[in-house]
Amino acid sequence: MKETGIHKRILADRLFKALIVLLACSCILPMFLILFFITKYGIAVIDWNFLTKLPAPVGELGGGIANAIIGTAILIAVASVLAVPLGILAGIYLAEYRKTRFAYLTRLSVEIIMGTPSIVIGIVAYIWVVMPMGSFSALSGGIALAIMMLPVMVMSTEETLKLMPDSMKEASLALGVSYPRTIMKVILPAGFSGILTGTILAIGRIAGETAPLLFTAFGSPFMDTNILKPVNSLPLMVFNYATSPYPEWHALAWGASFVLLAFVLILNLVAKVGMKKWKVRF
Amino acid sequence: MMESSVEEAEKLMAQRTSDTKGTNGVGGTSMFAHREAFAVSEGTFRKILYVAGISVFILFIAIFLSLVVASYPSIKRLGIGFLYGKIWDPVASEFGALPFLVGTLATSFLALAISVVFSVPIAIFLGEYYPEGTAANVVKTVIELLAGIPSVIYGFWGLFFLVPAVRWVEIKLGVAPYGVGILTSSLILAVMIVPYAASLGREVIALAPSDLKEAALSLGATRFEVICKVVLPYARSGIFAGIMLSLGRALGETMAVTMVIGNSNFLPTSIFAPSNTMASVIANEFTEATGALYLSTLVQIGLLLFIVTTIINVIGKIIMSKLSTEA
Repeated sequence: MKETGIHKRILADRLFKALIVLLACSCILPMFLILFFITKYGIAVIDWNFLTKLPAPVGELGGGIANAIIGTAILIAVASVLAVPLGILAGIYLAEYRKTRFAYLTRLSVEIIMGTPSIVIGIVAYIWVVMPMGSFSALSGGIALAIMMLPVMVMSTEETLKLMPDSMKEASLALGVSYPRTIMKVILPAGFSGILTGTILAIGRIAGETAPLLFTAFGSPFMDTNILKPVNSLPLMVFNYATSPYPEWHALAWGASFVLLAFVLILNLVAKVGMKKWKVRF
Repeated sequence: MMESSVEEAEKLMAQRTSDTKGTNGVGGTSMFAHREAFAVSEGTFRKILYVAGISVFILFIAIFLSLVVASYPSIKRLGIGFLYGKIWDPVASEFGALPFLVGTLATSFLALAISVVFSVPIAIFLGEYYPEGTAANVVKTVIELLAGIPSVIYGFWGLFFLVPAVRWVEIKLGVAPYGVGILTSSLILAVMIVPYAASLGREVIALAPSDLKEAALSLGATRFEVICKVVLPYARSGIFAGIMLSLGRALGETMAVTMVIGNSNFLPTSIFAPSNTMASVIANEFTEATGALYLSTLVQIGLLLFIVTTIINVIGKIIMSKLSTEA
């Protein structure tokens, strides 16, 4: 091949690498812009009152997001109570019966539910809970979030238990420990940190969800801890106030999104540190 | 249901052990009850696991059936015409979902086209050029952050940053300056789905066998040629699967799109026009839906969304699992 051919090929190689690096690094731009905007407008409105007061009516300055913080906590608690035990048991099932036909069906269902749009899960919770009960409620929101949380729990439990060495189970069984106790007292405690990391990841996933709450938890301007009543949550508050025409409410929405973003990112960070420390990978 | 059976079994066993201990005259039954908490028989335990596993499958079936049952009035009344009806006017009881189908497809595919420009280079960057080191860590962290940001925050940011920016561009171009619309939604969606396609693409690109790459290099190929002729053909189906899965995400994404698409129930005429997607029309109108038929049509849109995303996800997963068994 001629000299010029080589030069052209080397040039193409260099240009290609430069292009790849440029395009790959350009993903920093939107992240920077989002974090910058949320932090800039969010920090400005956050103080103690903001975190402890109820939202103010239109036209009044001030007001806070206390009810949304409590509401988010209630929704996460309801979802966790429903999804964590079932998710762990189903995860054990998948890890123990890896090759059976029903395990295949379960795994397929987990993946399908994982990929289901969150708004569809909202409709389902509406049909199952809101319609029979006749009102929006924190319970229905919690159930919607539990459906979203379940696949993450199942998958993280399964992945964690797969990493457990077979010799551990065999040693326990050889000592005459029954199968249920081997699983519950030897295998599960050994995988506890991995399952905990998975739970944190799952909570991080549902904490920012809005779509399934639109017609289940619905939102409310009051402080309410009754799970049969509508309840506010941080993402719902961001949505409702951001799309309102009032600048005072926009300020509340900026503050609420900053709190929400900080919460979700901290959860993800904790989960990431956990994954690194315990070498689990989902 | 399951938890209660576990409790029952535990109670039963605790009672039994305390009974036997009682006859033997040994005290401390409460401690024993705790220690024997998992002394259910192996058969019962396996049944509990089985029920838990199957209940996930039942959940999926129940979701599907509830959607079908709730959208039955609409399916029966409107039939197939629902899919190609151009007019959505709930007040006049006219329900045609075509504007939303078009809106969904337009935003999703435009977003996909934009995101591929970034996700494939990121996958090559992380999979081939910089598998580890500072540069890789920075890009990986950014990708994880982008994946972690809640969709409502994307929407809020879009509303206050992207919408004015797009409006400015539209004024320069001389089209109607809505700001909101298909283009704005696609841009937001593109940012949101880049992480999924990029991380899946990175995995398959890293799987390309190094002896093939080394062989090509030793024959005098440049890095660029190795990537084009060895790595990408090898990773092609995996990259495709990643794009499929991110399409599934884009189709069902609700909040960010709802906030910036402009909510217009007419057939969009250009990519600058406001529109509505299947997910955003549900989000906007579900709580306001008066009348059984209106609600039922919205559920039917949800059913359609569920079926389409399920098919796309299953195809994507099948391609991915074939890849991991081949490698």
